[in-house]
Amino acid sequence: MKVKLKVWRQKNAATPGRFETYDTPELNPNMSFLEMLDVVNEDLTTRGLEPIAFDHDCREGICGTCSLVINGKPHGPHRGVATCQTYLRSFRDGDTILVEPFRARPFPVIKDLIVNRKALDRIMQAGGFISVRTGSAPEANSLPVPKEAADLAMDAAACIGCGACVAACKNASAMLFVAAKVSHLGLLPQGQPERYRRVVAMVEQMDREGFGACTVTGSCEAVCPKSISLDFIARMNRDYAVALFKGVGARPGRAAAVPA
Amino acid sequence: MATLQAHIPAGPLAQKWTRHKFESRLVSPANRRKYEVIVVGAGLAGASAAATLGELGYRVKNFVYHDTPRRAHSIAAQGGINAAKNYQNDNDSVYRLFYDTLKGGDFRSREANVYRLAEVSVNIIDQCVAQGVPFAREYGGLLDNRSFGGAQVSRTFYARGQTGQQLLLGAYSALCKEIAAGSVQSFTHSEMLDLVVVDGHARGIIVRNLITGEITRHNADAVVLATGGYGNVFNLSTYARHSNATAIWRAYKRGACFANPCFTQIHPTCIPVSGDYQSKLTLMSESLRNDGRIWVPKRREDCRKDPNSIPEADRDYYLERMYPAYGNLAPRDIASRAAKRVCDEGRGVGESGLGVYLDFSDAIRRVGVDKIRERYGNLFDIYKEITGEDAYRVPMRIYPAVHYTMGGLWVDYNLMSNLPGLFVLGEANFSDHGANRLGASALMQGLADGYFILPATIATYLATVNPTARPSTDHPAFREAEEHVRGLIRRLLSIRGRRTVQSFHKELGKILWEYCGMSRHEAGLKKALQLIPALREEFWQNLNLPGTDSELNQSLEKAGRVADFLELAELMCRDALERRESCGGHFREEFQYPDGEARRDDEHFAHVAAWEYQGPDKPPVRHVEPLVYEEVKMVARSYK
Ligand SMILES: Cc1cc2nc3c(=O)[nH]c(=O)nc-3n(C[C@H](O)[C@H](O)[C@H](O)COP(=O)(O)OP(=O)(O)OC[C@H]3O[C@@H](n4cnc5c(N)ncnc54)[C@H](O)[C@@H]3O)c2cc1C
Ligand code: FES
Repeated sequence: MKVKLKVWRQKNAATPGRFETYDTPELNPNMSFLEMLDVVNEDLTTRGLEPIAFDHDCREGICGTCSLVINGKPHGPHRGVATCQTYLRSFRDGDTILVEPFRARPFPVIKDLIVNRKALDRIMQAGGFISVRTGSAPEANSLPVPKEAADLAMDAAACIGCGACVAACKNASAMLFVAAKVSHLGLLPQGQPERYRRVVAMVEQMDREGFGACTVTGSCEAVCPKSISLDFIARMNRDYAVALFKGVGARPGRAAAVPA
Repeated sequence: MATLQAHIPAGPLAQKWTRHKFESRLVSPANRRKYEVIVVGAGLAGASAAATLGELGYRVKNFVYHDTPRRAHSIAAQGGINAAKNYQNDNDSVYRLFYDTLKGGDFRSREANVYRLAEVSVNIIDQCVAQGVPFAREYGGLLDNRSFGGAQVSRTFYARGQTGQQLLLGAYSALCKEIAAGSVQSFTHSEMLDLVVVDGHARGIIVRNLITGEITRHNADAVVLATGGYGNVFNLSTYARHSNATAIWRAYKRGACFANPCFTQIHPTCIPVSGDYQSKLTLMSESLRNDGRIWVPKRREDCRKDPNSIPEADRDYYLERMYPAYGNLAPRDIASRAAKRVCDEGRGVGESGLGVYLDFSDAIRRVGVDKIRERYGNLFDIYKEITGEDAYRVPMRIYPAVHYTMGGLWVDYNLMSNLPGLFVLGEANFSDHGANRLGASALMQGLADGYFILPATIATYLATVNPTARPSTDHPAFREAEEHVRGLIRRLLSIRGRRTVQSFHKELGKILWEYCGMSRHEAGLKKALQLIPALREEFWQNLNLPGTDSELNQSLEKAGRVADFLELAELMCRDALERRESCGGHFREEFQYPDGEARRDDEHFAHVAAWEYQGPDKPPVRHVEPLVYEEVKMVARSYK
């Protein structure tokens, strides 16, 4: 099979981008979408043209690096998978496929299809952890955790930090990402001491980074490669409200500066 | 000439680590903040080390080429992490984990290191649970375990099929905490391209910013490399695409010895190769071997038949037949070789004939499909995505693939290389797995190194260093290293030839897989030692590298890494040629018993081979560190 690609090309953050169209060489339907881009890039390079820059690493849906919007959908046509787990058998011979970067104000384009997602790291640094020093931990089985709580925490912890939720949201909200972390730690007994401070610190940092508000349209859940549930947002909102009611503030001195 | 002093402490095995810690030098809390430590890498080993050193009060700079520390290759580990907790009351102990690991490594690792690893394994689980790692639990709320290859006890802790992800997110969260506290400075999109050595001591690194191309110098009182394994030298592997050997290879070229480079692990349960375009191989976790049974048809004629139509009597459950005591849980090297053997006999399945069945029908009949879904659902999903087949109904097809490298930079008991001030952790070092690593032991080793071992041993070195006399980045050694890096990049960009980087990588991978893969022999290795230099020569004449050095340029990144692989591959073949025995993952066809089992030669090869670079035009020198066992007797490794 062969397809036509309309790909976003952009030299760097300072230069405006545009779409370019490429006819692919012969492809195999069993190829992954990224393997198709490999083949296209080999072809471009051999013809003396610049290959398309795109992010990827594990190619098995766990590192959260790959980040394409395919035909308008972050991570492509299928639910519950990342771009790297998308295969050409989902497309037809002769299709025209639109390939764009994750677009959101807090994710500036670095080059072509690669965007800068460091804002997510800064949210994590604001409070996405349990403050336990190495060596100070009690014996692991001294703290039983009900299986249901552990399983639910794991559902939230499965987030791969790709940012598709932000790219899918018309407000560029990062609520699903933040809610996943807040819930993962907040559901476990170990996470209780910092539970309310954590939610306030992370939400405040999210706002500082310029992510938009959540209007619960659910587009984030629909594109999440790990199908993280919208329920976690409701859970986080409850924690946030309780924190405000209790007058809990973020820990002093924790706010990370947002680079200009 | 390098001297290799393992610095294994005296005293009985079980007390060595405790005694060593007591006898080690300390740096007082007030003095720690005067020291700067560079940690390259934020996988399990690097993130845990950087965070812990930060907690202790050292000033840490952490570098990764990823866009965020959370994406290190450790994230992809599926199956689990071992620890000698004996929660199952199945007679496990520190001693048993130690012995299993030593035996699993075919008696080619250091006794004292492995014992220490087993000893601290229990602290790792405590630490991770306290950080909020959501390990699988039983209904009573306590931690659950599963079994892994090479063990007859259940000591593997897991978080669904995403154990590496959860452990890495735990270490990353500790790192975030320290970044917020200001003790760790995090540099992302930053690739280390050279090590700076001043008066024989590691004193800094040269780094390229992958977004802007800017090259910077960084100095410190010690440099820690936790940069992962080099399995991508084979091109096709289960590693993340960007994993590479550049950091350790360039350190090697600055004088750090490279130990046992030919010890690579081929994992038995991966999805078979389907086409020439293939960019990576996907692992199906070894945990599947708890419930899956491996077989091929007894007769070649049956290989193309629908597997469900082949009656029991016509199936060869070859692992259960050959290794009745361990069966489908035989160690990886043994299981991989057995798969190769039955496929070489023409009994392989699938289109290419390079595949064996991993069949769950018995387990589904025994515990029900829901239980199997709960245990392995995500793996079955991955399998379906890639192959389009439903493994609940037809057996999976699997084949061995490159998965891990036991070899790496040589380190002493303190995890310091022969270059003082250079420490190496995790998969990047050679220390604990001998000639074969057991499943669920890499995560254990990475976290042991980073959370518990390095933070204790680094002080012994730092206490001898005066931080106020730290060489500045204007020192000639920094200038020379930076110039060297710039020269290399200029050279790569000026070739303007016709072949892409990827085409070289592919060809190199094929050579290595053929001659230095699952089985090796003298003639093949000698052939590879001709093919590789010729390919390298062509690379430097005919590379087609687009773009410039002052922008994000993925082809340039890759070209530098492949240039290093083209050199490392040669060292691997040299090492494989010199090791005239079969042990663990290193199987030399000339050295086997009539039944096809590996013939180890303890008389001549009970040692670590550590290679020292001698410059581009001279062969490297092979040093030997004898493996002296005080407690255990080296015996023939049997899983029968
Ligand atoms: C698919 C798969 C499944 C696995 N499953 C298991 C399992 O179930 N149990 C188990 O015990 N083991 C497993 N392993 C093995 C285990 O995951 C790895 O050995 C381990 O995670 C390696 O950790 P690390 O910290 O040493 O390196 P990595 O996680 O590879 O991290 C390397 C780090 O170094 C950085 N880096 C490298 N070079 C440079 C450079 N030049 N400049 C700057 N930064 C650099 C990278 O950015 C990264 O942060 C698995 C491996 C694979 C491939
Ligand atoms: S490349 Fe890792 S999630 Fe897609």
